Amino acid sequence: MHELSIAESVVRIASRQADGRRVTKVQMKVGYLRQVVPSALTFGFGLLAEGTPVEGAELEMEQIPAEGRCRLCGVESRLGSFPLQCEECGGFDLEILKGEELMVESLELEEA
Amino acid sequence: MHRTAVKKVVRENVLDANDTLARANRDLFDRAGTYTINMMSSPGAGKTALLERTLERLRGQLRLGVLEGDVQTTLDADRLARFHIPLVQVNTDPGFGGECHLDANMVRSGLGELPLEDIDVLIIENVGNLVCPAEFRVGEDVRVMVYSITEGEEKPLKYPLMFRSADLVLVNKVDLLEHLDFDLEQFLGNLDAVNPGVRTILTSARTGQGVDEWCDWLGQRLENV
Repeated sequence: MHELSIAESVVRIASRQADGRRVTKVQMKVGYLRQVVPSALTFGFGLLAEGTPVEGAELEMEQIPAEGRCRLCGVESRLGSFPLQCEECGGFDLEILKGEELMVESLELEEA
Repeated sequence: MHRTAVKKVVRENVLDANDTLARANRDLFDRAGTYTINMMSSPGAGKTALLERTLERLRGQLRLGVLEGDVQTTLDADRLARFHIPLVQVNTDPGFGGECHLDANMVRSGLGELPLEDIDVLIIENVGNLVCPAEFRVGEDVRVMVYSITEGEEKPLKYPLMFRSADLVLVNKVDLLEHLDFDLEQFLGNLDAVNPGVRTILTSARTGQGVDEWCDWLGQRLENV
């Protein structure tokens, strides 16, 4: 369950960025290729936020679908499932453009 | 009184802290001239057994060291103690409920006990797990995955994260091929679909098949460092 380590890191980032204020919402971007289970991340986040400025905050995850550019035909396509494959020519040699995000995008902070 | 919320844009990568530590580990390895392998697999794929074969084969040619990661117990480290090489065990259990992988910080915590200057190749045996270790760089030069044919043909498609990140896949337990319904061609096709062109070597820790080839592969990587 790598979600727990990820949650720990998210709480740490949010606590530091809060500058002493209370965090009410954490917005994340999570790429499809990260294999993150949202419910597991939410569970870990809630648990680890206790006793920090992030306690009680809502965790919002924007799922980013995978997209890639084919190195054979140059076409960019949505990569909906494995095997990752170019929609145009069926090629497997792809440059991943999106889907590897794992980022704390923004916070909502209570005004002091 | 109603409190209003303000939005603060952060845009911080969640794994930045780990990646920074991984780079610091890598600097330590590079300065000491230590080539580092992150060995990953499911539980029971045969990492430790292959490691024993590898140590038998390379002992006397290379100065080897091992960092063992396990959730609990020193069973694996005990098996390797007979080789009398620098060996450190990192138990991940003190973390929250026992982490299912090694991260850069855990590896760092074990490095103080290893004489890196006297180690040509450090093998980091990660915690047995097909998902989590792939997400955490630890400062390795290369990622070697051990996959056993008893795990079925479809796992590369189900767990692409790790298969995609491997530089070499050792397909282990091939001595069982004749006893199983495992379709090797189908597995290799699935593997190639998630990691095109990845090098594979068929191995059996039981019979020793493929161990020479794997050690030769490692030798070539060392020459090109």
